Amino acid sequence: MITARLFGKLDGLGYAFVVLLVAAAIAVPVLALLVPRDSPFAMPPYIVALLGKYLCYAMLALALDLVWGYCGILSLGHGAFFALGGYAMGMYLMRQIGARGVYANPLLPDFMVFLNWRALPVAWWGFNFFPYAMAMVMLVPGVLAFAFGWFAFRSRVNGVYLSIITQAMTYALKLAFFRNDFGFGGNNGLTDFKDILGIPLHTDATRAGFFSLSALFLVIAYLVAKAIVSSKYGKALIAVRDAESRIRFLGYRVENYKLFVFVVSAVMAGIAGALYVPQVGIINPSEFDPANSIEAVIWVAVGGRGALVGAALGAVIVNFAKTYFTGALPEYWLFALGALFILTTLFLPKGILGLVVARREKKAPPAALSPVAPQPGGAQ
Amino acid sequence: MLIRTLSAFLVLLCLGLATSASARADALDDTLARFAADKFPESEKAVGELAASGAPTAQNILEALSDNRLYFDPGARKIYFKDASGGLFDARTGEKASAQNLKKVRVNNGLRSAIGAALGSMTLAAADPEKRIAAAEAVFKSRDAKALANVNAALSKETDLRAALALRQARAAILLSSADAAESDRLAAIGVLKERGDQDAQSMIDEAAQKEQAGPVKSAAQAALSAIQFKLALWSVAQNLWYGLSLSSVLLLAAIGLAITFGVMGVINMAHGEMVMLGAYTVFVVQSALPPSLSEWSLAISLPLAFIVAGIVGVVIERFVIQFLYGRPLETLLATWGVSLILQQAVRTIFGANNRQVYAPRFMSGGVEVGGLSITTGRLWIIVLAIIVFIALQLVLRLTSFGLRMRAVTQNRRMASAMGISTGFIDMLAFALGSGIAGVAGVALSQIDNVSPNLGQGYIIDSFMVVVLGGVGNLWGTLLGALTLGVANKLLEPFAGAVLGKIALLIFIILFIQKRPRGLFALKGRAVEA
Repeated sequence: MITARLFGKLDGLGYAFVVLLVAAAIAVPVLALLVPRDSPFAMPPYIVALLGKYLCYAMLALALDLVWGYCGILSLGHGAFFALGGYAMGMYLMRQIGARGVYANPLLPDFMVFLNWRALPVAWWGFNFFPYAMAMVMLVPGVLAFAFGWFAFRSRVNGVYLSIITQAMTYALKLAFFRNDFGFGGNNGLTDFKDILGIPLHTDATRAGFFSLSALFLVIAYLVAKAIVSSKYGKALIAVRDAESRIRFLGYRVENYKLFVFVVSAVMAGIAGALYVPQVGIINPSEFDPANSIEAVIWVAVGGRGALVGAALGAVIVNFAKTYFTGALPEYWLFALGALFILTTLFLPKGILGLVVARREKKAPPAALSPVAPQPGGAQ
Repeated sequence: MLIRTLSAFLVLLCLGLATSASARADALDDTLARFAADKFPESEKAVGELAASGAPTAQNILEALSDNRLYFDPGARKIYFKDASGGLFDARTGEKASAQNLKKVRVNNGLRSAIGAALGSMTLAAADPEKRIAAAEAVFKSRDAKALANVNAALSKETDLRAALALRQARAAILLSSADAAESDRLAAIGVLKERGDQDAQSMIDEAAQKEQAGPVKSAAQAALSAIQFKLALWSVAQNLWYGLSLSSVLLLAAIGLAITFGVMGVINMAHGEMVMLGAYTVFVVQSALPPSLSEWSLAISLPLAFIVAGIVGVVIERFVIQFLYGRPLETLLATWGVSLILQQAVRTIFGANNRQVYAPRFMSGGVEVGGLSITTGRLWIIVLAIIVFIALQLVLRLTSFGLRMRAVTQNRRMASAMGISTGFIDMLAFALGSGIAGVAGVALSQIDNVSPNLGQGYIIDSFMVVVLGGVGNLWGTLLGALTLGVANKLLEPFAGAVLGKIALLIFIILFIQKRPRGLFALKGRAVEA
């Protein structure tokens, strides 16, 4: 029944997206593990890891699209939720190292031994249990988003002010995590992971497995997001985005709508971060950098906001371009990224997907893709 | 005044010399004869007598002795010294001399320290009051009991107020640390040191309070100690206030342009920090292009240039990007972020990623001490600049037709437009003005921060916070926001550390904005809900 509800709302594009991801989840492990290394179809392990990373970014973009594209909340701090999920996963992985660290301390991670700490800080308790750690992956970003949103939405902080405040939030977290005595590894972050659930991390099979897992979680996130936005609740969200005052005057509790979608989005971002960390092998405070969060926003804008598939698409496209540029023309990547920000906002307000849809239909694009231009006159 | 006292002093000195010249001549001969014995105890006696004699050549002789440049003629029992270049002089008269078969007067470490003390107490009688103060300060630090007689002698003759104070403090330091001084003297010494009230006095009194048995001296020392500690704590608060004021002025300069563009156009310019950076690089370019003779004027030349450079870049951004995003503030935010990335990379490509060296003109380097406060001149000038910029902006907004129009657009864009104000043109000018002021801020920041492509990034979030806190209804809000954040930041630092203090402030702002979502000075009326 739940599956019926989840799949019932899918359009053609949605089906294509799900089928593509499931196919990739099957095909990539086959190409990476079963096809012989010298075959032209064989996939080198670093490509697998790269693609897995892209999928995590796509999930972050999806989460961001849910709040920005459908509810008009431009969060410049979603990287914080991503990083918090990543830290929760990283803490579990740290505890799994056990006595195999440099200092061979069975209880304390290396950096705590290095700092001469005697006992495990309270915040770390329980992280050697996988289910607890996974609960924290969702709870920590969720609770932070709830507390933050509770204050922000109730006092009607919106528009540019909200964006700046979210940016301040991730900046404050970055400063906090950079401190050694905050207890999460300081500026080195958490790294040197060995295995997860007893499975060694640095094998081709684990990498391929993480890719498939990321693809599956992306599918689930997409289905959940799609179910939210195509429900009656989702219609109200879009109304909040387009005319907040009007929907408030009609008697809707705008802050509750915003809060719910903000928390769901934060949890999604946290899960994306948790999938990201084992694949890249490190999490450090620079993930909290405000620039990262803004970069995630441009993925959504490039792909097309207000269309979940577009956000995922944008994340993959922009990150592919980033991988190419930083390898081939490192000095020009920032020029390209800057130009992307400007050109997308100026000429592609609906993103690549919007362009494609408009081409195909040759008429007015669907309602979900056309935010009503806010009334002129300052901060909306 | 100074010259009069000095000349009076000299006249007295001459009179004294004349009356006792013959008697002293014999004493000096006896003293010098002691060196010719070439025995350490004899030499040490001679050093002490020489310091007390006030002979004109005494200082030369002592310095020569400590540098192994003092010689004696064993036959004639006459003393000579060589100067640093090797010329030989008669120690008795200080005139050039020539002699054969000279032997060196030997020196050991005990003798050297005696020489040091003698020289120190001799400069207590130097003609230059600054030198006397420095000598008294040296005695204060060393607390050498042997210098007490010299200090007392100097104190009885001293006419300069500051030098007398320094001498009294030196005497107090000696008396307090010598156990055999009279109790009343030691109590008075504690009083003098308490008046001085700095770190050195604190540690001296602390030491005395530790060593002393229970008694009036100990309790007086403890009372003085807590008084000094209180005074020092007050000074350190004042010092932190000063740092906070300095930070506030920087924040004000960086944020005020942002407040203008945000107020008028409702858009946040994420490239604002890069305008600051362009201003700082303008200083670098001006200083490299300017001939050395004009280097004192480099900042004066840079100020208008930075305003123009950043202003022109601002106009370009407004004309080619922002005006097309009119009414879409969130997209504007993203587009200007793109602009900031491009500007950063452009500067990095042109000037390199490393910090660029910018020098400070002479009038901006150095500092002054006011009581326990140390004030650097550069920071002082930045505060002055911030005040000037703030007043100038207020005048522009209040008194000019452009300011009137700008305020009208800020308050109600559509009504202003209906009244015939060309809002697009005002937007452009406001953006140019805001960017230009950012450029001016860059000139100031080039003096206290590294001139690198990332310069602007370090200030942009703080500037946002100032604008969020102050609101956009009024420039006074920006001033108040900058003062609050700057001073609070520096006052929190000693308790919480720099990072934790900053985090606490960010959390405070996030909570504050719950109470006043539009800042301290919000616009009132319909514009708010537009």
